[in-house]
Amino acid sequence: MSRSTLALQVGMLARRSVIRTFRQPAMIVPALLFPLMLLAINSSGLDSATNLPGFPTDSYFQFALAIAFVQGALFSANSAGTNVSADVETGFLNRLSLTPLRRVALLLGQLAGILALGLIQALTFLGVGVVFGAGIEAGIAGALVIVALSLLISLGFGCIGAFVALRTGSGEAVQGIFPLLFAALFLSSMALPRDLIENDWFQTVADWNPVSYMLEGIRSLVISGWDGEALALGFACAGGVALIALAATTSALRTRMART
Amino acid sequence: MSRSGFISVALAVGRRNVHNYFTNPAMIVPGLLFPMFFFTAFAGGLSRVDSVPGFDYPAGYTAFVYGFVLLQASAFGGIFTGFSIARDFESGFSRRLMLAASRRSGIIAGYWIAAITRAMFNILVITVVALVAGLEIAGGPLDLVGLYTLALLVNLGAVLFGSGVAMRLRTMQAGPAMQVPAFLVLFLAPVWVPYDLLVGWVHAAATVNPTTLVLEAGRGLIAGDPTKVLPAFAAALGVAAVSVLWARGGLRSAERAA
Repeated sequence: MSRSTLALQVGMLARRSVIRTFRQPAMIVPALLFPLMLLAINSSGLDSATNLPGFPTDSYFQFALAIAFVQGALFSANSAGTNVSADVETGFLNRLSLTPLRRVALLLGQLAGILALGLIQALTFLGVGVVFGAGIEAGIAGALVIVALSLLISLGFGCIGAFVALRTGSGEAVQGIFPLLFAALFLSSMALPRDLIENDWFQTVADWNPVSYMLEGIRSLVISGWDGEALALGFACAGGVALIALAATTSALRTRMART
Repeated sequence: MSRSGFISVALAVGRRNVHNYFTNPAMIVPGLLFPMFFFTAFAGGLSRVDSVPGFDYPAGYTAFVYGFVLLQASAFGGIFTGFSIARDFESGFSRRLMLAASRRSGIIAGYWIAAITRAMFNILVITVVALVAGLEIAGGPLDLVGLYTLALLVNLGAVLFGSGVAMRLRTMQAGPAMQVPAFLVLFLAPVWVPYDLLVGWVHAAATVNPTTLVLEAGRGLIAGDPTKVLPAFAAALGVAAVSVLWARGGLRSAERAA
C-alpha cells in the first residue's frame, strides 16, 4: 500500500471523527462547561489559600487554571471511548475489517477527533484565563507550549478511553473508567502545591501520580515562566501515558479486528 | 381514597427502588463515589488550609470537609433517585405504575423512601471512611440527631426537585437538568473555607444561598457548638416546601401525558 493511500485513509477517517465530535454538543459542552465551572468556583472559594506561606502566586485563579486543561482532557477519554464503542456496537468496525483499510489509519483517524476537541478546549481555557487576568508568565511561546502539552495529555487520556472501548466493546465500561480518571486528578497536586500538602499519605500519592506533573508543567508556564524541570517532567509524564496507552490501543485494535 | 392506599403505593414503589439500588452496582457507585472523591481529595489534600489566618473551626479540617460531603451525599441520594424516576418513565414502567396506583402521590413518597435509603447508605459509608481518616465529632447525641435530620431534609428537597424535573421531562436526558442546579446550589456556598474567607462572586452567591445556612449549622453541630440551627432548619424546610409544589406540578404534568 502506498503512502498516499494511507494518507487518504487517515484523512477520510479523521474527517469522519472530527465531524462526529462536532455534531455531538453533548460531548463538547460538558467538556468545556464543567472544567470552567470548577475553575470559577474553586478560584473564588479557595482564594484565601494563597495566604499560606510558600504559595507560589497571589491569585488562586492563576494556580487553578491548569486544572481546567487536565480535567478537560479527562473528557477526551470519555469522548474517544464512547465513539469507538459506538463503532463496535453498530458493527462499523466489522464492516471496516472487510476492507483493505490499514489499522494504523483507523487509529490515527479516530484520534483526530480527540485532538480537535482537545484543541478547542485548550484555546478556550487559555482565552478564559487571559480574559480573567491570569496572564501567561511564559508569554505567547509559553501559551503555545501549553496547547502542545494539553494536546498530548488529551491524546493520552483519549487513548485510554479508546483502549477500554476496544477491549470491552461497551459504552458503559467506558463510562465506568471516568470516575477512576477523575480520582487520578483529585489525588494529585490539583488543589495545593505538593510541598504544602500536609498529609503524608496524600503527598506520597501525589508524588507518584503522573497527573501532578502534568498539572505542574502547565502551571509553571502560567505562574513562573520557563521552568525546564517542570516542563520536562510534564511532557515526560504526558508522553509516557500517551505512549503506553497508544501501544495498548494498537494491540487492542489488532485483537478486535481479528475477532471481527 | 383511603390513607392505606397511599401507604401501600409508597411502600411498593419504595421497596422496588431500594431493591433495584442494592442489586445494581452502577446505581450505588456514582452517588457514593463523588462525595468520597471530594472528601479524600480535600480533607487530605487541602488540610493545610486550616492554617490560613481567619480560618476558625475548632473541630479541624477533616470535620469541616465532612460537613460538606454529608450534605452532598444526602443531596445526591435525592438527585440520583430523580434519575431512577426518569429511567422508569423512559422504560414505560411509570405509565403502567400510574394506571395501577390508587393514590399517585404515594409514588413520590415511595421514591423518597428509596432516596432516604440511598442517602443513609451513602452517609454511613462516608462516615465510616471519615472516622477511619481521623474525623472527630465533638457534638453530643442531640447535636447528631439535629445534624442527620438536617441531612434528611436536604435529601427530601433534592428528591422532590429531581422528581419534579424527571416527571416533567420524562427522559434520562434530563439528567443534567437535575445535576447541574444541584451542583451549583451545593458549591456556591462555603465549601472549602468558612464564609468569611470567601471572596468575589462566590461570596455574594453564598450570602443568598440557603445551603450556606445548612452547611454552617451542620458544621456547628459536628463541632458541638450549635450555630444558626433554627434558621438552617427553616431554610431546609422552606426549600422542601417549595419542592413539594414543584414535584406536585411534575406529577400533574406526567398524569396529563399518561
